[in-house]
Amino acid sequence: MPDTEHILVALVEDKPGVLTRVASLFRRRGFNIQSLAVGHSEQPGLSRMTVVVNGDSTIVEQVRKQLDKLINVIRVSDIGEGDIVARELSLMKVKATATTRSEIIQIVDIFRANIVDVASDSVTVEVTGDENKINSLSELLRSFGIKEMARTGRVALTRGGVS
Amino acid sequence: MKMTGAQILCESLLREGVDVIFGILGGAILPIYDTFSQYPQIRRIPVRHEQAAAHAADAYARATHRVGVCVATSGPGATNLVTGIANAYMDSSPLVAITAQVGRPFIGKDAFQETDITGITLPITKHNYFVSDTSELAKTVQEAFYIANTRRPGPVLIDIPKDVQQEEVEFVYPEKVELAGYKFVSKGHSVQIKKATQLINEAERPLILAGRGVIISQAYDELKELAEKAQIPVASTLLGIGAFPGEHVLNYGMMGMHGSACANMAVQSADLVVAIGMRFDDRATGNTEGFAPNARVVHIDIDPAEIGKNVRVDVPIVGDARTVVRAMNRDVRRGEHLEWLSQLDRWTRDYPSAEVGEDHLLLPQYVIRQIYEATQGDAIVVPGIGQNQMWAAQNFVYHKPNSLISSGGLGTMGFELPGAVGAKVGCPDEVVWCVAGDGGFQMTMQELATVVQEKLAIKIAIINNGYLGMVRQWQELFYERRYVDTKLWNPDFVKVAEAYGIPGARVERRDDVVPAIRQAMECPGPFLIDFLVEPEENVYPMVAPGESLSRILHTPRPAAAGGY
Repeated sequence: MPDTEHILVALVEDKPGVLTRVASLFRRRGFNIQSLAVGHSEQPGLSRMTVVVNGDSTIVEQVRKQLDKLINVIRVSDIGEGDIVARELSLMKVKATATTRSEIIQIVDIFRANIVDVASDSVTVEVTGDENKINSLSELLRSFGIKEMARTGRVALTRGGVS
Repeated sequence: MKMTGAQILCESLLREGVDVIFGILGGAILPIYDTFSQYPQIRRIPVRHEQAAAHAADAYARATHRVGVCVATSGPGATNLVTGIANAYMDSSPLVAITAQVGRPFIGKDAFQETDITGITLPITKHNYFVSDTSELAKTVQEAFYIANTRRPGPVLIDIPKDVQQEEVEFVYPEKVELAGYKFVSKGHSVQIKKATQLINEAERPLILAGRGVIISQAYDELKELAEKAQIPVASTLLGIGAFPGEHVLNYGMMGMHGSACANMAVQSADLVVAIGMRFDDRATGNTEGFAPNARVVHIDIDPAEIGKNVRVDVPIVGDARTVVRAMNRDVRRGEHLEWLSQLDRWTRDYPSAEVGEDHLLLPQYVIRQIYEATQGDAIVVPGIGQNQMWAAQNFVYHKPNSLISSGGLGTMGFELPGAVGAKVGCPDEVVWCVAGDGGFQMTMQELATVVQEKLAIKIAIINNGYLGMVRQWQELFYERRYVDTKLWNPDFVKVAEAYGIPGARVERRDDVVPAIRQAMECPGPFLIDFLVEPEENVYPMVAPGESLSRILHTPRPAAAGGY
């Protein structure tokens, strides 16, 4: 079966070692985690973890069931094929001179991104969006020279009232 | 009331009904052991190596359905438990392992005998805890016991720093366990149960595969009712032996690599397979590509992650075996399957697996057979791994659940002696036979000291062929008889036993088997028999690794009915 992209969203207890437990199940099946984002959820004491992996659907489902068995995991679902909202945030430190700065600002505006820091030889751009948007912006800014880039990895929720 | 962490641990163990622990002390666990002296209601079994503590606790748990407890100090004490914990994990055995850790101020500083045991045991425990806050200890112990022996049982480890053991806090035992992430259904989905019963009612060649889940959920009566009512033959996995009475007319034996030819042929010919509490391990299924090619598969298991893991399933039912089978029995119709059963009987007759020829040689199968005859099956057999284990599975008739206690999933050589210790401690009134291989016995034979010290009347049969026998068999069959390192130099086991004060006998001739077994049975304490069996006897039938269950290698003999 061909590999497809899966977005596993897990509600987990906010305790030491939980990340290791989750990551270890992917390691065991030889999955390279493409991105992983963890942060507080709407419930105190619980975090929401978004894991993006490429893999055979049967094996990913197997991993999902194993994740569900972890005591610290409250629930986990694969929302990769559902109707979802997914976002990622990226910070890019772009080389900027007096002559290129305004051009960079124009591009940043078109992408509804923000300049969050300015230095004599660089600007730092903050962009939020789906993966394609961030990829496109980084492609455009690459010609100016990206000195550093950091991406959060995807966070995702299902659309509408159902969870 | 204020108590030290060590006292809280002991009080919590009492509340969980613990009356025996297996372990060894050391520096970091001294506060706990010191406190044990105030709790004489908890019997301590001091073993000689922590691996044995884990195996003994594991076997104790299997023999009694209670949680087994093993205790070890930090560092090497904890790492020595690892094999035993992995063994319990693979065989879903409820175990609570308590390890000491260096004091909290020393953690992460590579202190003397510090090791990250929660990190090490993460993939081989159902759950584990590092207790960093003494006021969490009671709750942790309660949760650990609950997790270990509910849903699919398994080992849980609690790592307790030395200063937590010593710190005084208020002792409060929670009223009940609350674990948001640990929910399970035992009932089984009614629609799925209906589908399964319908398939059973329509099947012409149905077959039940009973696994250890039947024993864990104690679904013996329900299984028997299902099999008898619908007249369905039963095959079992290695760990499912005893789930269904061995002498029952519908019992067709063990399936898998060294299963009975009939059981494997039944799997391959069945039009319906009802798998109950088994996980389709490769040693049981052979190549899954060719597994049960003509059958629809109903799979009943408490663990949703087992469904569809190894073989395709038509009707999955997630639930407790006992509850689900009981529900199925209400709708299952009385069946006959005369033709199917007579076919199975013909296969059993044509391809007998537990056949011991009237040979003058001292055959291992004969030894096991005679232990069965002497005990009439009223015993707990704890074999090692490999040929001795397979002969013990094939040649002894297990009437009762938990009468065969064996390392299945991990295949841990050396399980036999500490396993027998645990079984005997758990069931002091039962006759316990440790069926050891000469190789595996030497991995844990230091526990003879525990046997003597704790006055455990264990009977030990060493099936001594001078080889790591099963590996030698594979070398013979698949590596052109290149016996690399499988030939063993062995000590005089009878003298070894004697050094421990255990009486023993060496048996080299077939005629001496029965008297030696009788002598062992009559001896009030432990007894060791070193059976010098035929060195190159193989275990048959056999399905070669990677082959489907249809390709059975039978015992080579002149009038062999089948060959392949």
